[in-house]
Amino acid sequence: MSSATTTPATAEKLPREHYLNATYGIRSWLLTTDHKRIALLYLISVTFFFFIGGLFAALIRIHLLTPGGYLVTPETYNKLFTMHGVAMIFFFLIPSIPAVLGNFLIPIMIGAKDLAFPKINLLSWYIYLLGGAFVLYSFATGGLDTGWTFYTPLSSIYSNSAVTPAVLGIFINGFSSILTGLNFIVTVHTMRAPGMTWLRLPLFVWAHYATSLIFILGTPVIAITLLLAGLERMFHFGFFNPAYGGDPILFQHLFWFYSHPAVYIMILPAMGVISEIIPTFARKPIFGYDFIAASSIGIAVIGFIVWAHHMFLTGQSTYSAVAFSFLTFLVAIPSAVKVFNWTSTLYKGSIAYDTPMLYGLGFIGLFTIGGLTGLFLACLGLDIHLHDTYFVVAHFHYIMVGGAIMGYLGGIHFWWPKITGRLYPEFLARVAAIVLFIGFNLTFFPQFILGYLGMPRRYHDYPPEYQVLNVMSTAGASILALGYLLPMVYLTWSMRYGKVAGKNPWPATGLEWTTDSPPLTENFHETPVVDWEVYDFEHRPELGLKGAIGKKPAPAHGDD
Amino acid sequence: MQSQLPLYPEQASNFAPQVDNLLLFIVTICLVFAVGICAAVIYFFFRYQRRNPDEIGVPIHGDLRLELTWIVLPFFLLMAMFGWGAVIYVDYRHTPTDTLDVYVIGKQWMWKLQQPNGRREINELHVPLGRNVRLIMASEDVIHDFSVPAFRVKMDVVPGHYNTMWFRPTKPGKYHFFCSQYCGTNHAVMGGWVTVMEPGDYATWLSGNTTGDPIAVGQQLFNNLACSTCHQADGKGRGPSYLGLYGSKVKLADGSTVTADDNYIRESILQPNAKIVAGYQPVMPSFQGQVTEDQIAALTAYIKSLKDQPAPGKPAAGDSATGMK
Amino acid sequence: MHRTGELYGQFQTLDQQKESATLGMWVFIAQEILFFGGLFLAYTINRHTYSTAFGVGGNMLSLPLGAANTVVLILSSLTMAMAVWSATTSKKKLVSLFLVLTLALGCVFLGVKVIEYKQKFDHHLIPGHGFDIAYCSKNPAACGLTGKELATEVEEIENGLKADPDLNAHAQLYYSLYFAMTGLHALHMIIGAGLLLWLIQQSMKGRFDAAYNTPVENIGLYWHFVDIVWIYLFPLLYLINRHLA
Repeated sequence: MSSATTTPATAEKLPREHYLNATYGIRSWLLTTDHKRIALLYLISVTFFFFIGGLFAALIRIHLLTPGGYLVTPETYNKLFTMHGVAMIFFFLIPSIPAVLGNFLIPIMIGAKDLAFPKINLLSWYIYLLGGAFVLYSFATGGLDTGWTFYTPLSSIYSNSAVTPAVLGIFINGFSSILTGLNFIVTVHTMRAPGMTWLRLPLFVWAHYATSLIFILGTPVIAITLLLAGLERMFHFGFFNPAYGGDPILFQHLFWFYSHPAVYIMILPAMGVISEIIPTFARKPIFGYDFIAASSIGIAVIGFIVWAHHMFLTGQSTYSAVAFSFLTFLVAIPSAVKVFNWTSTLYKGSIAYDTPMLYGLGFIGLFTIGGLTGLFLACLGLDIHLHDTYFVVAHFHYIMVGGAIMGYLGGIHFWWPKITGRLYPEFLARVAAIVLFIGFNLTFFPQFILGYLGMPRRYHDYPPEYQVLNVMSTAGASILALGYLLPMVYLTWSMRYGKVAGKNPWPATGLEWTTDSPPLTENFHETPVVDWEVYDFEHRPELGLKGAIGKKPAPAHGDD
Repeated sequence: MQSQLPLYPEQASNFAPQVDNLLLFIVTICLVFAVGICAAVIYFFFRYQRRNPDEIGVPIHGDLRLELTWIVLPFFLLMAMFGWGAVIYVDYRHTPTDTLDVYVIGKQWMWKLQQPNGRREINELHVPLGRNVRLIMASEDVIHDFSVPAFRVKMDVVPGHYNTMWFRPTKPGKYHFFCSQYCGTNHAVMGGWVTVMEPGDYATWLSGNTTGDPIAVGQQLFNNLACSTCHQADGKGRGPSYLGLYGSKVKLADGSTVTADDNYIRESILQPNAKIVAGYQPVMPSFQGQVTEDQIAALTAYIKSLKDQPAPGKPAAGDSATGMK
Repeated sequence: MHRTGELYGQFQTLDQQKESATLGMWVFIAQEILFFGGLFLAYTINRHTYSTAFGVGGNMLSLPLGAANTVVLILSSLTMAMAVWSATTSKKKLVSLFLVLTLALGCVFLGVKVIEYKQKFDHHLIPGHGFDIAYCSKNPAACGLTGKELATEVEEIENGLKADPDLNAHAQLYYSLYFAMTGLHALHMIIGAGLLLWLIQQSMKGRFDAAYNTPVENIGLYWHFVDIVWIYLFPLLYLINRHLA
């Protein structure tokens, strides 16, 4: 079963001029308005935050190796998990796929020369950096020990750590997300090339459109909420302070009104990536395009009305808990629709196991587990027991790491030839994907059991009966860490030494694969005209596939 | 303790088996789906392996019937999970009326608990087996959460609110309780033990008396509940005396007379304003929900034991003073 | 925002460019609504819970100043609309004139706001340790309260305390919201004034006419949005519990 990668054997050369060599010098990068260069700026900055967050995670796992927690003090431990969460969520997961891959690909995928507002795009990167600088300042001067959720009154009154700069940093960073979302929405509406109708949009673009809606409608709410918490802390204002009659639960409502949809900000783009990878490596149109596109929008919309499921045990009214539980179960349906459609896409495909596909298939498995365990938490009766335990930690890591990061890495590998013009070393990449999959499951699966046993989250110390599972988790984390370092090394190596990829190494059907790798600054030599349907291999002779349908062609079964 | 690698915590409350059964139900459904999807992925992966680099897949665009099936079928399964979960939750949030009430105060980073008789505990909770126990919880600072995994219950403890939770212990033993809502530096050590005791042992423990003599328990309670502040032996307090009360005729403010029997004493504890002794003001607070039946019995036994003591002359000589405990 | 009427590289046509800019502004306004939405929600909930304290707090705001500011802002919306109209009809001189008028009215609004804030500061109505809702009724001289006004205020506080013994704390909640809401609104006004300055500079150069007026139109949209926020803030904060004497 040798790889079926159709890498053109020889004679591929990098194009003479492309976005990377169009201009030189540090200014040409820091003042660029090219969406592709901005994407690379983001790539570097989110990777930086990923490693900061990863370092904290490593320390957390080592500390939890034994009950009693001998490595760091309780204060330090609390700071570690808080800073891990803040760095990973606000500065890695939320911007990762949209700001790196979305930024790079959306204009090319729809046949535009750039986003609608290139300067605003650059501005949003600088806002991200400014927000990041505030947060790093907070980490460096006293750290942050409120939990990434900043629950009041702990964050606004009682914490002795550097909450104010962190809150300001996240507030500022919010505008980066808002401007990115605004840019994407306008770009998708007004910049599509001739022939690029809404129903020919790649699902990656649909997913980002849905994500942008959340950016626009959710981010401002957390911005104002954190600002209020900051005012409460700095100037003794009272919004959530019980001493003034304020309600700390109001903070949670406002916080989760954004932060639950934020989960979909993290996972929807990854779903978009998977929806590109699977048809490409199964060489067939995606099953149920309309349903996958509609489910993205469905997730974004229903995602806005489920927030209070984080608060079933705050004493909220029984009626509201029942209503929110019901709505939360509803949001499972569009997610399930996606999983079923991806799986069905494999049926009668021509399946290769290149690295992106390994990530894609891994994503289906891990997201399925992550999504299904979400049902446990949505279920009121079980949530009484599982709320705030390691079960929750395991669940959202299956979504965030197993889903979002697997999607991100899959996407990075898939489009790496487009971004750099070169291929990564395939064998190493497959090894890394498998190592990641194993390490991930070993790290987080035991935490489901820990959670059901009742181990609360955010504990620097735990009763000895929980130790075996914690040791397993820490062992998995060390494998996982290796899995993350590998791509760092070989991707960097491949930027210089990788095999030249050519326009369309896989081959795939999207518009981005019709232009040079790496593309010109203007993306296309001339404005493309789209006259094919999305994910169509059959009627695309230019892909170089003889159109030999692998298996006996079935009578067109299905409507669409 | 359990084995080195336990899979579920002990079942020690009325909710534990309910929650575990629900878990089993959901795990089963989820396993069917997860295994089904993984099996399909793996099967397709090998079955439709690309054999020739130029080969493409069969262009199938979708199937409306299939889509509708996997929208509608999961919907019903989800509603089953939702319904079952909601039933347990509504039961959990709807406290029965006959509870033993324990007051819980969370503060960084300790739990202060107070038994119905006023006995205080720190990071320890003693409860009787088989009784419905209600925790009435408040926080002095940040949000905490009282969580007992073996009972499968928890509830946030929020400053500025009273939150309540209830459970019925079903198995004697010692179980962990934790603070489950992150509350600052020593969050992880803000926990302790719940001890479930046989009711007799609990009553003994509660009275702090090893003999378990109801009269002694009652006397202890009488002092712990601070009854004696108002009901002084000489009848000069804000409430009537209790000496020689039991079995005597009590003259009430409305002019009628009742016999001070068990029911009268019980009512006077739980609804003090129902019958006001002549010459006194209706100032006594109700002890409804704060004293258990056992304790009322102990208090009654104590008052009964004093029936042969001479009643003080006040307020009306000849008439025994009385009733409102 | 595009500095000139020329076509920017990423667009194919001027129409596409204009459509993008306008859609962009509407999307931006959508996020602004959500941004203020959190505050309005916090206000509504607390107003419902602590209506007495919120009433007492609201009645201590200066109705004349608030009303004057409302008129000023509505006028500025009018001049802004006139500026847009002048641009679309290529009356280049009028564009600058109306923009300057709008900016001037915006500055008047901010000036009045400063006076109000200063007053609140003097009256110990800034949330924090020094907050005292009854400061003026205790120190009428410091607040310039006399006669009937003083009597009303003393009575108001007394009645308030009867209905809500924790009046001072809850009034602090009101003033926290007052400062957050009007402060955020004022911040939007300041940003709007900055944008207007830039617009004025551009329009002095005669940049805006019937063919190209997107910046005027979009900044106009923003300005109207900020006005509308005030149109909600004014009754919620100043009027809702006012008794007409």
